[in-house]
Amino acid sequence: MAALGTSPTTLTDAADVLALLVLLSEFAMLRSSLSRSQVRLYAFQSLCVSVLAGFVAATRHIGELYGLMSMSFVLKVIVVPMIILRLVKEVRVDVTAGHRIGVATMVLLAIVLSIFGIFVVGRLPVHSRSLPILPLALAAAVILVSFLLVIVRNDVVSQAIGFFSLENGVSVASLVLAAGLPLIVELAFLFDLLVAVVVFALLMRVHHGRAGTLSTQALDRLRG
Amino acid sequence: MGAVLIAILVLPLAASVVCLKAPMPTAKAVSLTSGVATFGLALTLVSSHQVATALSGWLRADALSVVFLLAVSFLYGATTVFAVGYLRPGEGPAEARYSRRFFAGLNLFAWAMAMAPIVNGLALLWVAIEVTTVVSALLVAIGDTDGAVEAAWKYVLIASMGLGIALLATVFMYYAGSTVLGGSYEIFYPKLLGAAPYLPPEIVRLSFGLAVLGFGTKMGLVPVHTWLPDAHSEAPTPVSALLSGALLTVSFYAILRFYQVTERAIGPAFPRDVLLVFGLASLVLAALYLASQRDLKRLLAYSSIEHMGILAIGMSFSAPIAIVGVLLHVLAHAAAKSTAFFGAGSLIRKFGTKDMDRIRGGIGALPWSGPMFLLAVLALSAMPPFGIFRSEFLIVEGGLSSGATALSAVLIVLVTCAFLGLSWFASQTMLTPTPESVVRGEVSVWMAGSMVIGLVALVVLGLHPPAQLCGLLERAAAELGART
Repeated sequence: MAALGTSPTTLTDAADVLALLVLLSEFAMLRSSLSRSQVRLYAFQSLCVSVLAGFVAATRHIGELYGLMSMSFVLKVIVVPMIILRLVKEVRVDVTAGHRIGVATMVLLAIVLSIFGIFVVGRLPVHSRSLPILPLALAAAVILVSFLLVIVRNDVVSQAIGFFSLENGVSVASLVLAAGLPLIVELAFLFDLLVAVVVFALLMRVHHGRAGTLSTQALDRLRG
Repeated sequence: MGAVLIAILVLPLAASVVCLKAPMPTAKAVSLTSGVATFGLALTLVSSHQVATALSGWLRADALSVVFLLAVSFLYGATTVFAVGYLRPGEGPAEARYSRRFFAGLNLFAWAMAMAPIVNGLALLWVAIEVTTVVSALLVAIGDTDGAVEAAWKYVLIASMGLGIALLATVFMYYAGSTVLGGSYEIFYPKLLGAAPYLPPEIVRLSFGLAVLGFGTKMGLVPVHTWLPDAHSEAPTPVSALLSGALLTVSFYAILRFYQVTERAIGPAFPRDVLLVFGLASLVLAALYLASQRDLKRLLAYSSIEHMGILAIGMSFSAPIAIVGVLLHVLAHAAAKSTAFFGAGSLIRKFGTKDMDRIRGGIGALPWSGPMFLLAVLALSAMPPFGIFRSEFLIVEGGLSSGATALSAVLIVLVTCAFLGLSWFASQTMLTPTPESVVRGEVSVWMAGSMVIGLVALVVLGLHPPAQLCGLLERAAAELGART
């Protein structure tokens, strides 16, 4: 740590703050009632993840991570939000369809899940060379809350955003755990995400075309 | 042998590109050639005792890979035969567009599934399986009905969330490897397997649990199976057959790769317990749901969940013979389930409905496909002389010899329950008088022909599996830690 030239506490604190911002934007997405602001929050969250990647690249001198950072910036901060925003604009439905449980219950549940994630993962015997353990614990919380988001919100935009933010949580976790993962694999992950976004957007549009809504309430014919 | 792997990498992909532009007859011919040739290429790997590698190690096929590659390529070949009859020639631009999308998607889907067993390393395996999700979701939605769109949405969302968890498992396993091998190590299997005894046990345990949950979502393990019946019933029949026979087992292959590392790192007890819980839940739920289905393809989908449960339970028995049984079951299930789906496809075409209350007298209506469908259902219910009888026999024998007597008994009871559900509906739809309004005769020779292929494979696997295949299964079981 001392070899890095800066005070270790400042460095780890900066990483912790970035990871915390990722979790807070996840909460804001859960709470947000406008599709458009949800997408913007996702872009902000992705920005935090990209900055965290750049931060690790700079402090730990992992050159490959710069490439990853720029790819993830272009894709997750610009391309993906643009695709979804265009779709939302096209179908002229801005208010999301709502949620299955009350806002207060939803946020309380999210807090309980976050505490669970932070404490369970925080106790793991992980000694990362790139980041302290707290961002990993926060990433676990992000992943759990993203599941809650997909489960309780009933419109396809929220559900897709929930999946993309799950992927952001996994990205933070992989920055802690696997900062040295070969670049080609990281690029494959990102490429996959891009393909997944296209498929999600395509299906959203088809769903809207058939049902005239982005709500998932029309998606209840297949049971049993 | 490396050239074979490269050919498998190139062939279906090239076929997919050609089908994007080609008119329907060309697309059919190209797909059929590619399907049959891929199976032929996979067969050449069966008797090889060496591990085939190519592209400086990025492609690698050991015995375990070859078993799953066989299942995938067999289904690819059989499905293209079926698809030749399934897509009716049409003149309009809509039919031409559908055909282009369908065949391009089908070949790409098969390509991604063939890649999964032969790429080297857990990270690339994850990438291949993610590609199967996005391609197959589009194929599920291709019918563009309300049901198809709903099923595709549920499928892509649930499977992607599951794969997110699987990605986390992959990252944790990579971290476990880096504690022994250092920051940027080669991510190929042999390296990780070599380091396995020194990996930190807590991390490996966490990673395995996450992998079973994540890949289990795509494999259709209860309680994360919910996308499966919808996608299987709404997809075009050739896609349903590929989903059920190949995609689910490819996800099982991913779990086995994690099992391989975990078993060497912390011993077999933990991974077996995890698989047992998921396997039993799947078997119980599928056996119950099989009895209450109305939709023919949903019935077969629940039968898939049942068989995935059997695979998971089979892995939880510690006897080597059970692991051989599990691997044989992968092949036999692929043949039996695809044959059943092909038969269901002909029945649905004939009667114009998936509703089993309105399908009557299938044997009379379809003189060849009808009886063959019935045979496929019997094969799925583990009747001799078909392959599944042999594989389930080996699994139960393994269970009894390893002292899991109660569990083996439960397995037999649940499989029998599933058999009752499946055979009740099969006899209701097949062995009743044929309505006057239905014209007797086959829908398509190709569709019936694909069933013959499946049944022949089942009989061969059941009566006398070739010695090379038995050798392959034993080598694969040894790679999974079965010590005789």
